[in-house]
Amino acid sequence: MEDLMVIINLLALVYLGWFVDWTLKQNKSKIWLFSGLALIMLAILSTLPNYGPTYSYIMMSGILMYLILTVSWTLFSGPTGYISLAPAAFFGVGIYTSAILGKDFPVLVVVIFGGLLSVVLAAIVGALTLRLKGIYFIVFTFGLVLLISSVLLWYEIRFTGTRGRFITTANNDLIYYVMLGITVLMFITSYFLKRSKYGLALQSIGQNEEAAAHMGINVTAVKIAVFSISAIFMGMAGAIMAMKWIYLDPYSAFDPFRSFLPVLMAIFGGMKQFYGPVLGAVILAFLEEKLLTEFPYYYKLSFGIVLILVIIYLPDGLVGLGQKVRAWFSRGKIALT
Amino acid sequence: MHLLEGEGVSIHFGGLAAVSDVSFYIDQGEVLGLIGPNGAGKTTLFNLISSCYVPRPGILKFKGKNITGMSPYKICRLGIARTFQTVKIFANMPVIDNVRIGSLFGNTRSPASAEANQQSIELLEFVGLSRVMNTPARDLTLANQKRLEVARALATKPELLMLDELMAGLNPTEVAQAMDLVRQIRDKGITIIMIEHVMKAIMSVCGRIIVLHHGQKIAEGTPQEIANSKTVIEVYLGE
Repeated sequence: MEDLMVIINLLALVYLGWFVDWTLKQNKSKIWLFSGLALIMLAILSTLPNYGPTYSYIMMSGILMYLILTVSWTLFSGPTGYISLAPAAFFGVGIYTSAILGKDFPVLVVVIFGGLLSVVLAAIVGALTLRLKGIYFIVFTFGLVLLISSVLLWYEIRFTGTRGRFITTANNDLIYYVMLGITVLMFITSYFLKRSKYGLALQSIGQNEEAAAHMGINVTAVKIAVFSISAIFMGMAGAIMAMKWIYLDPYSAFDPFRSFLPVLMAIFGGMKQFYGPVLGAVILAFLEEKLLTEFPYYYKLSFGIVLILVIIYLPDGLVGLGQKVRAWFSRGKIALT
Repeated sequence: MHLLEGEGVSIHFGGLAAVSDVSFYIDQGEVLGLIGPNGAGKTTLFNLISSCYVPRPGILKFKGKNITGMSPYKICRLGIARTFQTVKIFANMPVIDNVRIGSLFGNTRSPASAEANQQSIELLEFVGLSRVMNTPARDLTLANQKRLEVARALATKPELLMLDELMAGLNPTEVAQAMDLVRQIRDKGITIIMIEHVMKAIMSVCGRIIVLHHGQKIAEGTPQEIANSKTVIEVYLGE
């Protein structure tokens, strides 16, 4: 029963993702129907703590965490093809912001601060590394995660004589509301970015960076700006998710898996449409929650298998598969007539 | 005042002097040809003008203003656009979006979205690609991809257009069409520098020609003078 509620809410999220794609289309029909449905989906999501059991919105918060990491990762890495493994770093910065400021400031202030600190970090890292291409960029961003966690560990042992710290927790429903708020903000930001000329610029950078620069695009500025914007959501999500945990240390705050999974989820869903990563994150995060509790030893194994199968058979992810199936059916129709 | 002027432009890659001490100028409304054997430094000179590389030493001036070492995007916004020898289109984007990018970013005065659309459609009509407007650029033939590069460069509203081997790899009909296109661009009042190996094209379209060899300027003059120049013939055919 709880699972059903969660699944309904996940479907609502996927619909909202699809709705973003739809609003970006040029010729829209049935505007009232689709916009009305979007409002209903939003209502279903935002009232979950009123009708669902506690377990359902705790689970939803966990899934939203992956959704935010995945969609904000795709915001930059999808069009540009710069594979960033820094999400865990930005998320971890949010977590530590929360650990340090959590007891003195209201939740929203902490969350906004977590986002801003991640932006600062992203801007610095971006300015340093976005000149690197391909494998060098990937390795550097991953190194960043390890670097920050090691420095923090060293600092804590050396200066405070502790390892890890306790966190001021927040109510589960508050955490859920804030996570949902960040998600909606991220959808809206993505929509405006994709609609603006900078969305086009970002795509052109991915296709041919040199040509983009010669067409008058300030390539470095666009890359740093969007890289930083994508980090806001990761940092904010880290700051609020931290309040779910009681205790953390640099290893759990900067878990490299939070860098790999968003990439996997985005590839699984397919990055050509906005709702692809949403779909990928929702399905895999839900499976993780289920498998982790019921078959703890098999879930990482099954993730590995899924990844291999997707890369071999579904280079465009689930969305690509859907389009192929549709194309196959419409071809059948043409053949019959 | 010349539109573009280079003084003693040089660049070395390791021990190789790719372009060494080349001085040149272009005036408003000219069509200047740049020829020379493979490896003569023609494309490198284009890369220097569009600021892919910074000349060391050497100075580049556009309308009297020193532009040496400016970022490529600023060069483009100043009014210098280019195409590439190996086409560098945005392959997975629709043809029209390729052109829209030039229109939206390539000029200091950034047009509104609808205006950029309109301009892009007109330019695609001008180069003869309006029928494939919504096709992904990768599906075009080589000749059409080169036309797309021209349209994209024109979308930035340049005063100076640099065409790098527009006609290489095209069949005779396509070469004739490309020559017409160059003339039409010139008639719009846009100054052109073109690198070309198709001699028929360069001789009939250009008003003046510069010959590069081993990174040095070895001759300059009208097509007639170049065709009769002993040095040039030696370079191309051997002694």
